[in-house]
Amino acid sequence: MMASDPLHLHAVGDEPLVVAADVRKRFGSVEVLKGISLRVAKGEVLGVIGPSGSGKSTFLRCINQLERIDGGAIFVGGELIGYRRVGDKLHELDDGEIARQRRSIGMVFQRFNLFPHLTVTQNITEGPVQVLRERPAEARDHAHALLERVGLADKRDAYPAELSGGQQQRVAIARTLAMRPKLILFDEPTSALDPELVGEVLTVMRDLAASGMTMIVVTHELGFARDVCQRVAFMDRGQVVEIGDPRQVLAKPTQKRTQDFISMVRK
Amino acid sequence: MTDTVYEISHLTLVPRRHPGRAVGAAVVLGLLAALVYSFAVGQIEWSYVAEFLTVPVILHGLGNTILMAILAMLLGLALGVVFAVMRLSENPVLKYTAIAYVWFFRAVPALLQLLLWFNLALIFPYIGLPGVFSVRTVEVMTPFVAALLGLGIQQGAFTAEVVRAGLLSVDKGQYEAAQSIGMPRLQMLRRIIMPQAMRVIVPPVGNEFIGMVKLTSLASVIQFTDILHSAQNIYYANSRVIELLIVAASWYLVTVTALSLIQMRIERYYAKGVRPVGGNA
Repeated sequence: MMASDPLHLHAVGDEPLVVAADVRKRFGSVEVLKGISLRVAKGEVLGVIGPSGSGKSTFLRCINQLERIDGGAIFVGGELIGYRRVGDKLHELDDGEIARQRRSIGMVFQRFNLFPHLTVTQNITEGPVQVLRERPAEARDHAHALLERVGLADKRDAYPAELSGGQQQRVAIARTLAMRPKLILFDEPTSALDPELVGEVLTVMRDLAASGMTMIVVTHELGFARDVCQRVAFMDRGQVVEIGDPRQVLAKPTQKRTQDFISMVRK
Repeated sequence: MTDTVYEISHLTLVPRRHPGRAVGAAVVLGLLAALVYSFAVGQIEWSYVAEFLTVPVILHGLGNTILMAILAMLLGLALGVVFAVMRLSENPVLKYTAIAYVWFFRAVPALLQLLLWFNLALIFPYIGLPGVFSVRTVEVMTPFVAALLGLGIQQGAFTAEVVRAGLLSVDKGQYEAAQSIGMPRLQMLRRIIMPQAMRVIVPPVGNEFIGMVKLTSLASVIQFTDILHSAQNIYYANSRVIELLIVAASWYLVTVTALSLIQMRIERYYAKGVRPVGGNA
């Protein structure tokens, strides 16, 4: 730990989009997040690596309020997640307010979670039309443009079950982009894919990173973390063990646990 | 002699015989023939069946049966969806109210419930809002209303369990994906979860609907003139018991067949996006 920055609060840029301060989460008697503190600057791509069970997916799910945190605080775009502060009191947000906060945070899941009863285009327009009240025709044009961007213009009328895993994940990314989020969370986006399909999804993510999107990517793809992420956080047993420049963390880790993990993955 | 031994394409293929199948078919066909013959020579005046099949009283009863089945089922579906969602709610009051509803109305026989509703005036001679309006219960609780409430409310208890099974069948990731695009709970249920749950819900609800068509015959005990009640009224007068029961049975067969066809269409609609089992779309 750096003495000048005991909570790992330093970020690459000046303007933090995500601030996590001492985030704690427990499932029953197991404390899965033991005080996570970090910042993600606007436009930054943060990679999160670590062994399974280290809490990295849980942390991501806390940011999107798919899990409720038991301690600490998360801010996105300066706004406290899950609570409204009135004077000295914190009021839990209601269902509608939580839904509103989630709108600006995209999420890409390990198992894609496309809506199987809707076509590719309908999957992408569902949120904009139903939640953001965009006009259907505009949403459709936007969806087709996004499909072009992820290289699936010819699949606009297909159903998810007719697509490969890599294609489904690219549709899922387009669905997230359609909400015009200011932050996208990727929860092991390539872990459920056959090896030959990983590349097409990573290509889309690289393109997204280059366009200036703020991203937090939980991944086992160390190559992607090294090439695309501005910083990498290594998590183990509910804590951020090491965070910093990927060349530093991945190539010359200072912590024993990081060294062990990276040598295990490299084998 | 060398390679010609391996050349078999010029030989004639003799298909395998299935003597068991032929025997089985003969036995079943024989039994069916005996059944048809016995009904043909039995003491049934088929001309009466044809004559009474379309008399106004029977058609009126048929109309009542179909109308009651549809209305009671709609009431059952509405209650079923509401109580299934309540059952999955995190609010303990809603949850346990739903559990109690299902427990009570599944446990008490439908016939008993019909009698209870029909005799509601014995408990509450007048119903209404105190000081606003009040009516005599016997005037409101007609056979039609009593049958609708009795059948619909007990159907709701069964449908609630079917709907709950459907909601639980949808993958957790679908709930999370809907939430992550900012959908509030009710919108998520309506737009994402229910359309997928329907695939699981439709077959058993179709089954329940068919059961409901037949269950309406119970309402004849509270003087509701369904088709069986109409048939009975006729045979009390002319003693053609079997002929009129066959008339009623024929109409039940027609109605249920039509419902099965409708169910198939609905199932096909909700199978959107799902590959059929054992084939390609």
